[in-house]
Amino acid sequence: MKFKLNFDPVWPQYQMIIDGVLLTIGLSVGAIILGSILAVLLVGLKSLAGKWVGFFVDCYIEMMRNTPFLIQLFMIFFGLPLLGIRMSGTQAGLLAMTMNLGAYAAEIIRAGVDSTHKSQLEAGVSLALTRLQVFRYVVLKPAFAKVWPALTSQFVLMMLASSICSFISVSELSGAAAIIESRTFRSFETYIIVTIIYLVLALVLKSSLLWLGTKIFPASSGLTRIQVKGSAV
Amino acid sequence: MTTFGWPEFMFIMRSAGWTLLLTLVAFSIGGIIAAILAIMRVSQNGIIRKIAGTYILIIQSIPVLMVLFMSYYGLSLFGIQLPSFLAASASLAIYASAYLAEIWRGSIESVPYQQWEASSSLALSRPQQYRHIILPQAVRISLPPTVGFLVQLVKNTSIVSVVGFVELSRAGTLVNNATFKPFQVFTIVALIYFMICFPLSRYSRHLEKVMNAGHNR
Repeated sequence: MKFKLNFDPVWPQYQMIIDGVLLTIGLSVGAIILGSILAVLLVGLKSLAGKWVGFFVDCYIEMMRNTPFLIQLFMIFFGLPLLGIRMSGTQAGLLAMTMNLGAYAAEIIRAGVDSTHKSQLEAGVSLALTRLQVFRYVVLKPAFAKVWPALTSQFVLMMLASSICSFISVSELSGAAAIIESRTFRSFETYIIVTIIYLVLALVLKSSLLWLGTKIFPASSGLTRIQVKGSAV
Repeated sequence: MTTFGWPEFMFIMRSAGWTLLLTLVAFSIGGIIAAILAIMRVSQNGIIRKIAGTYILIIQSIPVLMVLFMSYYGLSLFGIQLPSFLAASASLAIYASAYLAEIWRGSIESVPYQQWEASSSLALSRPQQYRHIILPQAVRISLPPTVGFLVQLVKNTSIVSVVGFVELSRAGTLVNNATFKPFQVFTIVALIYFMICFPLSRYSRHLEKVMNAGHNR
């Protein structure tokens, strides 16, 4: 059987694809910002608060890292309404992505925090900084600079994982693809286009985050980067 | 509507076996492809390096879901109707191959360069160098990240439920649709995943610690 690719029926659906791309970008940027905030809170709690709080933070991180994103999404989307919390698919997706990314990013940032030398802390204290100030200026900022490449790959992986939100009928890029596919019956053509868009998105996101890193954390600060691997969600 | 009882629980447990089998098959096939890719990535020929590098970059920059759809629909275009288990393991193998290849390339490269020099001064050919000198050391180095990646692979098997293969996640969805007890069902599913993944994560961390201990001594 000879098969010819036929993209003609797919092109008129471009509006869906554009909307899908925008939603994917929105979800990813939202999750990156909220997830980073959550990660900093988790790391802060772990290093500043007591042993028990640290234990719960660890439990949360391990739970998130050792269960699939899909199941976390299902728990939030199908489970929370039973508790009276109703949310749309997009909100559930954003919440799941934030919680997931928060755990992964916390683990990465913690590796950076752990690499802070003790003498740095002592120097900070001797300059009469409060504990919070030491954490913010002496520990956190250099930690971020050191693990920025690892964080970048984690952020890209989260963007790719946003495709899983299509399972709860969020019409981000993959969801849009599923709708177009059912309208035009040109499955392979649709997925070729969408895959190429994902490829471009991932490469652009990666290079712009790395560029952003050189702006926020200039290399002249003389910090050596430590190697932490990002891992798939 | 049925209630959530023993038969439903056993159904979920049985499908966990499929998740494990899927992981195993994907890891074995993906591992073979990855080994070839990793060797290609450190080849002395620039074009071969480039080909492997491009493949890895592309697979790592698209969602697993897209790998799955592309191989599923791509093959069916040519009239090949794979059973869903084969289609699922094939696409997971493609996904795993790219990540494992990168891990293993890093391991090969982190074998000290003097090992290459010493072995070539003993007149070993390149295959011999790999076989006797480089790979035995690289395999040791690669163990912790490889076990760590296994965790990612187990978790990503959840995605193949979309092509209708009944593994752990799909079983959870089916039982939830019948009983509408999302909290119980998905908590159990999540716990099973956790019981598979957590020991692997811990083992990976343990291996890392053991090796670093040797390194610092």
